[in-house]
Amino acid sequence: MGRAVGIIGTGQTRHGSRFDVTYPDLVREAVQAVFEDAGITPDDIDGVVSGTMPSMMEGVALTHFYFADAMRSVGKPILKTETCGSTGVSLALTGYYWVASGMADMVLVVGSEKMHEGDSQATMTTVAEPFYQRFFISGAPGVFSMQSQMWMARYGIPEDKLRDAAAKVSVDHHRDALDNPYAHIKKAVTMDEVKNAKVITYPCRLWDICPNSDGACAVIFACEQKARKICQKPAWIKGIGYRGDEYWFGDSDKVVWQGAIEAAKEAYGMAGITNPRKELDVAEVYNPFTFQELLYYENFGFCDFAQACDYTLKGTFARGGELPCDPSGGTLCTNPIGATGLIRVAEAAMQVTGKAGDHQIEGAGLALAHAMGGVDQFNGIMILGSQL
Amino acid sequence: MAKHFQTLRHDVWLPYKFAVGPTFHRFYEGLKEEKILANQCPKCGRILVPARTFCPTCYVDMGDWREVAQEGEVVSWSLAHDEFFGMPVDPPFIGALIRLDGTDCNFLHLIGGLDLSNQDTVRGKIRQGARVKAVWSDEKTGHLLDIKYFQPV
Repeated sequence: MGRAVGIIGTGQTRHGSRFDVTYPDLVREAVQAVFEDAGITPDDIDGVVSGTMPSMMEGVALTHFYFADAMRSVGKPILKTETCGSTGVSLALTGYYWVASGMADMVLVVGSEKMHEGDSQATMTTVAEPFYQRFFISGAPGVFSMQSQMWMARYGIPEDKLRDAAAKVSVDHHRDALDNPYAHIKKAVTMDEVKNAKVITYPCRLWDICPNSDGACAVIFACEQKARKICQKPAWIKGIGYRGDEYWFGDSDKVVWQGAIEAAKEAYGMAGITNPRKELDVAEVYNPFTFQELLYYENFGFCDFAQACDYTLKGTFARGGELPCDPSGGTLCTNPIGATGLIRVAEAAMQVTGKAGDHQIEGAGLALAHAMGGVDQFNGIMILGSQL
Repeated sequence: MAKHFQTLRHDVWLPYKFAVGPTFHRFYEGLKEEKILANQCPKCGRILVPARTFCPTCYVDMGDWREVAQEGEVVSWSLAHDEFFGMPVDPPFIGALIRLDGTDCNFLHLIGGLDLSNQDTVRGKIRQGARVKAVWSDEKTGHLLDIKYFQPV
């Protein structure tokens, strides 16, 4: 355990189609917003962490060079981290490690993506080598559809029940996103619309799948002393966990998913959490696909295995439920990949500091942020609290 | 609605030469002869396909090579209706994890040889546990797609 660390500010751009600005200008929007929120200047920052999806997505390989001026990182130490979908949580952990180690007092962390400029699903295929796995990764939907089908088959979940639960997740989050000023997709959908939407890769239909978004997010991590001095109400990092899986997609179980389970256990252990559904007030679970959010409820111990559909249909994980998940609308409604995990951390920080506006969970004191990356390969978790 | 200024089209085309190494080389040579080759970890005993240089779990060099069955069970599958960059075949196609008989991991490949235009028909034929068998391409070049696809038995 290193020093105590708090988040003293968050900043997000308006996410969506952002052909109105260049990529560095988009990054600058998030950086300006975080400095305004934290009430400090770039001179106060000791180091900068940045990251995107793998740079094949950006079309510019050296993004921390491209964004140097936009991030005000000139003359400062800089680190780059990229782990595909989990980039944002990897970035947050990198910032946390840096401050917790005592080597820096305040670190600016920036995640970004401009998905409309490149081809995200083509980039997804390039995360694997061309000897074997690349040929069969039909974009993210192919991989995650396989995972959801394994889950259905394992527990014999009736298809109608699963479709209802997945559709409820979609309907709830699309409604949630209407209350999030930064969200990309702002469209209320009905159960019938979701259940009868075009199939992309069976069983995933259009409204089960996240959009391509442009957007950036910035977060400032500070040591306890600076955080208390600068910020009236920091969001304290209570626990972190991260696990990577092996490279070979067919080698391990992604239903009872040890990487996800262990990442959560590590974070819970650090935060002193024994019953996550009762103790957590809100969770920002990475949900690029409705089915994956359900699967995570089980792997994170929010409910027992094979129970996610029942709890979901009862409303346990909806706003107003026992453990509201993704009140921001989550990744399902906004997915600028390199920023997405950091948005989960920012949203969790906003929740425990009472700054989440119309999608605030009343009195939230303990929040979980999560992201997944690669071909079901990386799981990262950060738990934030209102009290140290 | 924010103003959209012009966009600049720019394609990056980069050639790569990947060294396949002796293990994939031997695996590919097997495919040319219509054989699917696996090898066994001397420590944990798992038979892995495609053959590996080292066991990802035990980190020791893999041992005995063997030809494995060309039949197995479907572990999972996804029917892609949209075109994805870099995919070897046009949609619709089925990507699948297949547990070949006598092996200890899932083999990633395609399922084909049936009408994929109607997903309900497909779901009647392809499910977890369904038996499938390799169908070979007429021309073999030492490539994963020397196996054309796996077809329901």
